[in-house]
Amino acid sequence: MRRLIDGCAAFAIAVAIWQGIVWFTGVPAFILPGPARVAQSLADNAGLILDHAGITILEVMVGLVIGALLGGATALHLVISPRARRVFLPVMVFSQAVPVFALAPILTLWLGYGIWSKIVMTILIIYFPVASTFFDGLNRTDRGLLDLGRTMNATPLQLLLQIRLPAALPSFASGLRLAAVYAPIGAVIGEWVGSSNGLGYLMLLANGRAKTDLMFASLFVLAFFTVLLYGAISIVAARVTAWATGESVPRE
Amino acid sequence: MNDAEQHNETGQGEWCATITLSGRFAHEHVTLFDDLTFTIAQGQWTCLLGPSGVGKTTLLRLIADLPTGGQFSGTITTSNACSLEGRIAYMAQSDLLAPWLSVRDNVLIGARLRDQTLDTQRANHLIEQVGLTEHVTKRPSELSGGMRQRVALARTLMEDRPIALLDEPFSALDARTRAEMQELTFELLRGHTVLLVTHDPGEAVRLGHTITVMTEAGLQEFIPPSAPPVRAHDNADAMQAQVELMNVLRSPEASCVA
Repeated sequence: MRRLIDGCAAFAIAVAIWQGIVWFTGVPAFILPGPARVAQSLADNAGLILDHAGITILEVMVGLVIGALLGGATALHLVISPRARRVFLPVMVFSQAVPVFALAPILTLWLGYGIWSKIVMTILIIYFPVASTFFDGLNRTDRGLLDLGRTMNATPLQLLLQIRLPAALPSFASGLRLAAVYAPIGAVIGEWVGSSNGLGYLMLLANGRAKTDLMFASLFVLAFFTVLLYGAISIVAARVTAWATGESVPRE
Repeated sequence: MNDAEQHNETGQGEWCATITLSGRFAHEHVTLFDDLTFTIAQGQWTCLLGPSGVGKTTLLRLIADLPTGGQFSGTITTSNACSLEGRIAYMAQSDLLAPWLSVRDNVLIGARLRDQTLDTQRANHLIEQVGLTEHVTKRPSELSGGMRQRVALARTLMEDRPIALLDEPFSALDARTRAEMQELTFELLRGHTVLLVTHDPGEAVRLGHTITVMTEAGLQEFIPPSAPPVRAHDNADAMQAQVELMNVLRSPEASCVA
């Protein structure tokens, strides 16, 4: 509750500063519309914005699920197989030197204007953060626990399932939180490059027609959705990995 | 009656044996010890006492077949010539509890790691023996340091192994909890072959049937007081022995590098 109040206060301050800038500079509305104008546009175009938001949300969610599964599976594979580590890890790191945004036109060329070029863009953006944080987590298992497993004659599979995997869940969760913030960026970039649907398309369209208020309204909806997604993932992650947050203070 | 005695009486194979390690150990061309022979007597508490960095833990890890990061050339043998594999339980300074598991699940972790059926009844019994029945569903973060180490003790007993290797398991506890833990551990591990690595002369004097001092100069036997362990803190012999042990640790021969 306290956090919600603080969040609303921060939002109110940001809106006040925004309104202040509009008043003091007297900037024309097609350059920077005031909050009231954007709210009005949001209300007037609610149906239109929601339609496009639906497409973007679909792309983000599908991309997030597939990207998280692929990233998680990659990390597990790298941990299990030393060979995969030798061959694949350098490739993975090198691939990050390629600016993913630059691939967007190619993806549109290959996969067309539909949602799949955006979903693949989303997957590409979140894949590496998920895979690398989870991989780090799996590698950072407490050495003492591994020693204990060894003296207990643990099977390698059980050691992975019972100790390394649960111990790495907090890292996986932080990878997913990052992914929640990055995924909408991937979808919107895909939409910018070529599409006839989605919030990215709508923003580009509104911008081109000097409907700056509509652009801001779309942007606001996108940001709102991203915050919701981040919040939802954080809450689920906190539930699952409550043991790692030190919620219950050790009693002496 | 505890498990060790049961095993001895029912005669289920060779329950315990005297363990002898001899050889040299080097870490990246730096010799940690050379031409050393160390014995852990069957069914007794052997306390290995020495300053930090002298190689006590390395000795323990060699016997436990844990990674040491160096090269050991020598032998580890048992008096009845049976393999040590699957006969060793390990307790460390840190409790090594999985923070995501409850007390009971931590006690049962060995069976889970070996893909065996879980003996929940026995786990509950051992948890009762260490006095944690009312905390059985709690997570480690909800317990005090002493309680956590008692869970680790129950987990060690659950493994039902003849040899227990204890690497300073009491050193992070406060004085009173430490004394209680020493007594409880000694009682519950009666009949086991125990190696206790420690840097506390008081602890060695309290618990050791045999006390071996490890310094840069090598190993040195120290004759413990005649009273059987666990020895009382205020026992005059024990207090005297503790002072002498401290002198051995600080003597010039001990500190000069061999």
